[in-house]
Amino acid sequence: MLKIKGLHKSYPIGDSSLHVLKGIDLQVEEGEMVAIMGSSGSGKSTLLNIIGMLDEADEGEYILDGLPIENLNEKKAAVYRNKFLGFIFQSFNLINYKNALENVALPLYYQGMKRKERQEKALFHLGKVGLADWAQHLPKELSGGQNQRVAIARALAANPKLLLADEPTGALDTKTSHEIMAFIQQLNDEGKTILMVTHEEDIASMCKRIVRLRDGVIMEDAKVEQIRAEQYV
Amino acid sequence: MFKFLFDRDTWQEVFDSFNKNKLRSVLTMVGVWWGILLLIVLLGSARGMENSFNRLFGDFATNSVFVWGESTSKAFKGFQKGRWVKLTLSDAKKVEENVEGIEFVVPRSQSQATVTRKFLSGAFQMAGDYPLLDRVQKKKLIHGRFINQADIDDNKKVALLSEDCYKQLFEKDEKAIGEYVQINSMNFKVIGIFKNGDVNMGPTTDMHIPFTTFQQIYNRGDRIGWMMITGKPEYDIKQIEADTKLLLKNLNKVHPKDGRAFGSFNLGKEFSKITGFLTGMQFLTWFVGIATLIAGVFAIGNILLITIKERTKEIGVRRALGATPFEIKRQIVVEAVFLTLVAGVVGIISGGWILILIDALYGQGPDASLVNASVSIAVVFIALLLLTALGTLIGLIPAFKATSIKPIQALREE
Repeated sequence: MLKIKGLHKSYPIGDSSLHVLKGIDLQVEEGEMVAIMGSSGSGKSTLLNIIGMLDEADEGEYILDGLPIENLNEKKAAVYRNKFLGFIFQSFNLINYKNALENVALPLYYQGMKRKERQEKALFHLGKVGLADWAQHLPKELSGGQNQRVAIARALAANPKLLLADEPTGALDTKTSHEIMAFIQQLNDEGKTILMVTHEEDIASMCKRIVRLRDGVIMEDAKVEQIRAEQYV
Repeated sequence: MFKFLFDRDTWQEVFDSFNKNKLRSVLTMVGVWWGILLLIVLLGSARGMENSFNRLFGDFATNSVFVWGESTSKAFKGFQKGRWVKLTLSDAKKVEENVEGIEFVVPRSQSQATVTRKFLSGAFQMAGDYPLLDRVQKKKLIHGRFINQADIDDNKKVALLSEDCYKQLFEKDEKAIGEYVQINSMNFKVIGIFKNGDVNMGPTTDMHIPFTTFQQIYNRGDRIGWMMITGKPEYDIKQIEADTKLLLKNLNKVHPKDGRAFGSFNLGKEFSKITGFLTGMQFLTWFVGIATLIAGVFAIGNILLITIKERTKEIGVRRALGATPFEIKRQIVVEAVFLTLVAGVVGIISGGWILILIDALYGQGPDASLVNASVSIAVVFIALLLLTALGTLIGLIPAFKATSIKPIQALREE
């Protein structure tokens, strides 16, 4: 599904440069649920951004579902992101003047899908996250957990191969975090491949595999016994 | 390529971002609205002024000069200075034949005459004229006809009376054509009633009689009062005036450097002053209007730039979700053009209303100062085209600004 080999990335800081990723090798199979952990500055966000094609590596190989991701220009990256990836952000990043349905439909709009079809599909995905009744509500009228569910529906809308989550529970209280995790686990059960950055141990332990980063290299990469989130809900 | 313009979603996006910043968007549009309003109202008024001038001068062939004899100021060829120069019919004929660029020369004579009818009488300015006069100074006939060649040939005793003259000599609504009036105790048949123009060039005329009849009853021989010279449109009337005077000096034995022997009034020169003023007004109007417009469009660009700055994160999100830089740019340009065009169309419409108001206030009646103040459809189209072009150009700045930031940076923005 996802194959990364010898990935390097450094950022220029003044005259010198900061070497953030120092040769990452990572392979993720379909249906996996991987947590990327590390303290701040370990390079976990940079890695996720490169996988998310929001950033480009200096060196190394990145193959997504058999497709080598290289020589990306902005347009190509945009098309790939739209087709292959779904993003879940810590701060939800919903567009605040659009209602839930419109937010979910946005990736489909950029796919060039017809309005009616798009709305049907968006409504279906909103239904899946249990918010069909809230379709016409603006983000500010929804709770944090609901907003994150809208964001998840949006990430799913384009039916991506890979779901990328950057601290998806970072802005939520424990109870809501567990609800969201239960939801993400359910998606994984249905076969979605999920890659998640987190620094919370209990959230990471709800994944099936934990990759620990420190100073730009992978310290530990281990499959773990998944803790189901439902038991906390 | 332009399919997106007909896409409901494109406009949904435009309206969404408009609604998000309603007050600000409206305030920005005021700049463009004001610019286009100014352009339309000023252009319309300038046109109205031009129309009213044209109405005033409409009766005249404006490329004309009037020349008459005065007293000499230099002794020449045995003549003392102070001699009164008398123009003759043959002078007029020679001017017509020899000066380049002349359309026609109309000799005229004028005198005061006492007119009596029944028990009413009055003193009026009477002119002896050729039918050609009608070509230089179009007579507005209320009834009847102007002098024709047969009148000239037979020295007919026929007369045209001005409306004022008619009112003094006739009862209200009384039939005048075919009636007789006594001019200097001679019976003249009335053949026409005319209306005096709004602007009178030269002495006012209350009556016209055939030139030959005039010469006969006043014993003028071939002496004429003055001549009206009309130049062909492509010739410079000032040159014609100079050439004519030189020729007349030669014919009348006047010193070539004598500046006082001939009086003249150059209608063409006066008219071109006014048209020059009008052209200047129009130029100024375009200049002011377009400058205001550009300022307004810049204000829109500026606001969009701020809006884009505020929406950096949103744009980052959109790009993470798969919006290409082109789609982002396109949307921003459409917004800019939309704002400019809406402001522009509202400006054109309100400008039109103001012109209607101006027309109602100043455009009615025969002595209106602004006649038919209006702008042509072509001007409206030019204005709209200009707005679209300016809107597009100004939209490109925030558009490029918006996509110059990498999505990853845009997403980090708080």
